[in-house]
Amino acid sequence: MSETATRVGVGRRNFLVTSASLILGLTLAGKNAAAGGSPLTIVRGGDASPDLFIELRPDETVAITCHRSEMGQQIWTAMAQIIAEELEADWDRVRIVQAVGHPRYGDQNTDGSRSVRYNFHRLRVAGGALRTMLERAAAKRWKVAPSSCRAVLGKVTHPATKRSLSYGELAADARAQPIPAEGEIVLKKRADWRYIAKPVKSLTVPRIVRGEGTFGMDVQLPNMLVAVIARPPQVFGKLKSVDDSQTKQVSGVVETVTLDTPKPPAHFQPLGGVAVVARNTWAAIQGREMLELKWEEGPSANYDSETFAQELMAKVRKPGEVRRRRGDVAAALERAAETVAAEYYVPHLVHSPIEPPVATAKWDGDEVTCWACVQAPQAARKAVARACEIPEDNVTINVTWLGGGFGRKSKPDFVAEAALVARAVQAPVKLVWTREDELKHGYYHAVSAQRLEAGLDSEGRCVAFLHRTAFPVIGSTFEAGADQPSWGELRLGASDTPFAVPNLQLETGRADAHLRIGWLRSVANIYHAFAVQSFVAELAHAAGRDPKDYLLELIGPPRHVDPNDEGAEYDNYGSSIVEHPIDTARLAAVTTTAATMADWGRPLPKGHGLGIAAHRSFAAYVATVVEVAVDEAGRLTIVGVWSAMDAGTVVNTNHAHSQLEGGTLFGLSNALYGQITAKQGIVEQQNFPAWRVMRMNEAPRHMETTIIASDAPPGGVGEPPTPPAAPALTNAIFAACGLRVRRLPIFGPDRRDRLAVEGAKQ
Amino acid sequence: MKLSIEVNGDRHDIDVDPETPLLWVLRDELRLTGTKYGCGVAQCGACTVHVDGRPRRACVAPVRSVVDKRVTTIEGVSGPTADAVRKAWVSIDVPQCGYCQSGQIMSAVALLTKIRRPSDEDIDHAMSGNICRCATYIRIRRAIHQAAGDAE
Repeated sequence: MSETATRVGVGRRNFLVTSASLILGLTLAGKNAAAGGSPLTIVRGGDASPDLFIELRPDETVAITCHRSEMGQQIWTAMAQIIAEELEADWDRVRIVQAVGHPRYGDQNTDGSRSVRYNFHRLRVAGGALRTMLERAAAKRWKVAPSSCRAVLGKVTHPATKRSLSYGELAADARAQPIPAEGEIVLKKRADWRYIAKPVKSLTVPRIVRGEGTFGMDVQLPNMLVAVIARPPQVFGKLKSVDDSQTKQVSGVVETVTLDTPKPPAHFQPLGGVAVVARNTWAAIQGREMLELKWEEGPSANYDSETFAQELMAKVRKPGEVRRRRGDVAAALERAAETVAAEYYVPHLVHSPIEPPVATAKWDGDEVTCWACVQAPQAARKAVARACEIPEDNVTINVTWLGGGFGRKSKPDFVAEAALVARAVQAPVKLVWTREDELKHGYYHAVSAQRLEAGLDSEGRCVAFLHRTAFPVIGSTFEAGADQPSWGELRLGASDTPFAVPNLQLETGRADAHLRIGWLRSVANIYHAFAVQSFVAELAHAAGRDPKDYLLELIGPPRHVDPNDEGAEYDNYGSSIVEHPIDTARLAAVTTTAATMADWGRPLPKGHGLGIAAHRSFAAYVATVVEVAVDEAGRLTIVGVWSAMDAGTVVNTNHAHSQLEGGTLFGLSNALYGQITAKQGIVEQQNFPAWRVMRMNEAPRHMETTIIASDAPPGGVGEPPTPPAAPALTNAIFAACGLRVRRLPIFGPDRRDRLAVEGAKQ
Repeated sequence: MKLSIEVNGDRHDIDVDPETPLLWVLRDELRLTGTKYGCGVAQCGACTVHVDGRPRRACVAPVRSVVDKRVTTIEGVSGPTADAVRKAWVSIDVPQCGYCQSGQIMSAVALLTKIRRPSDEDIDHAMSGNICRCATYIRIRRAIHQAAGDAE
């Protein structure tokens, strides 16, 4: 379903890649630019000029350029559905061309659950524009009114005279038509959709099941060498000495290359170290093991994550900086009939896509072409240009398939490494990260501490809600010394808490960063939703109420919440708060739906418990119910999971269910096992299973998902399922055995997997 | 050292260190990149191939250990069971990113070859060596049951 060999033409570079299945982009640099320019360069979402995304070929192929990265969310299929819908293309003729990284596409950072959210309208317009041009071209040829012609499934027909022409036959004429203005394009009615909101089959899966398709790890170029890097144990550690004499004895090793130590901030710079370059991957890995290296410690050499956890917990026991305020929390706590307080801790996590970071670079004079599994090809282009001190125009980034991303592959340090090493050895180089590299040199999900306090009135109603959060900030990776939780992180489940309580306050504490801190699927929502949704169940328990009813009561009556009214700076995930309001009715609806799916309130066997959590993130709403069984020895079984998602208009219903399943299990995996620790600034987990992720025997056998039918504009889909999973699980554990888990993960890497049930019952 | 190995029915004469893991011979020498690297320590299953029909983690199998044996990879696995597995995988759209799925499919085919109607416990036992970070486990389980039905 994709290009097998494509001529790439960007700027001055032009060459043929003949690898069996490299997927590359074209159609930049105005190859198909319409006469008279495009009136569609600025529509909502970006440039909707059809030539940017669509090429009609004489053989009837509809080549659709996907400018987002395919990492399992089935974006190839979704982007093609949107364009093919408005173009009235025949789905069987659709082929995907993967775009290179280039600013003309607008934002390409496949991150933040925004591919459909940002591009839905724009791609519809692009498809509708070309459909209009095809109809006009046919009308001109037949000398009839354009309004009497209709484009349907790859053909334009003139019903009155029963004439028809295929898109391939009309392609050249259509391209000669002026591009219509947005106002001239009539988008299809929802009722007429044949691809959008349908379970269209994946364009990638038929190839995946044959082992086809090119991931970053699979790139092969003629005369290519393979490199791995020994990086400093701590970030900003310096190399003192290298002895590579044993390394060079390893058969297949070609040479070693010393890389410079970066200066703070870390940004997307290579970490430095020594690259071992070899004729094959195994020789490079073996050669690295034979290196004798001495390092000067980096500034984080005193970092001990357990000590840090204690410091962070102490921080949230004291008042912090107020970031959102409604009413007077202090006074309301004072007056309350009962107060409840709880503290929560979530450790560092790491992405561990099963394909680790990997990139291939090939130089031609002072220009470099890269092939890499990147979520953000434009950021990769910048990172390579910066590291190699060349203009961005000299860098081409081809995007391969991504063997998982989860946020790691939007940080392109590894692409810059590949370019530097390839230049040093004057040969094409594939720069491979091993699993050990991925775990020890990541951009880690921030460790976090939170304290919540609430005041209940004599009826058990919540009248005061105080949330304190402290965590090392993502900003520290980009600005040395940044220690203040940003609005961008607080909007992820802290500044946007939509509860109907008269007094509400958010406070933050500052924290230093000692590892490279980065974003991981759903980011700060992971710890904020864990704390807030756990605390709701704790309040319900204190009030002697049903947790689901109490959650609905806190969500309150149908209304729109805007945290900007209460002192927060809230950007609503980059989406308009008018189009994508924080709508409590939708949050309540997913909560009720998930509860109904799970038959909430039914009699349960002894040792079973149900937990519920609901959370809005990335302009979508997800509620999850988990049923667990806990036996007397503390053994935990996840009996069932029920999740409901309202993501507005969903482009591919089947694949949205896939994300709801996978994103929920991703959250459960983090909660059960996810933990990265550091001593002396060095990450302790070397490989699986010390870094533990969910396996088949640990996954729930029963899971049901519902996607709420909605006409609302598209919200995110890839990340919203993750946040409510962890608190739904820990709430279920509490319901089953009385054990309240406030520190994650639930289990360690030793696989003992016993809950401390003894004496837990309150 | 010169060795001769049989992969997907074809004989290949190669010149490598006999301790080289089969994974890197497949990927770097034979250009059979469907078999994936994920951890290098037999913990994730992305590199699963069949050696004489049995599942084996290619990342820890020295290439010398497969001389005189039949190696089958995702590119070559065939027959009614493999067909049923691929069909089920496609009909359910099991994979997300797909990187681990070569290994998942090789493990599933081996399971269904051994046990025609696997129970959920059989699936847990046979598939727990294959990590899927996208966590497609719900669909993998469903697809194995479906393939078992189709293969009968």
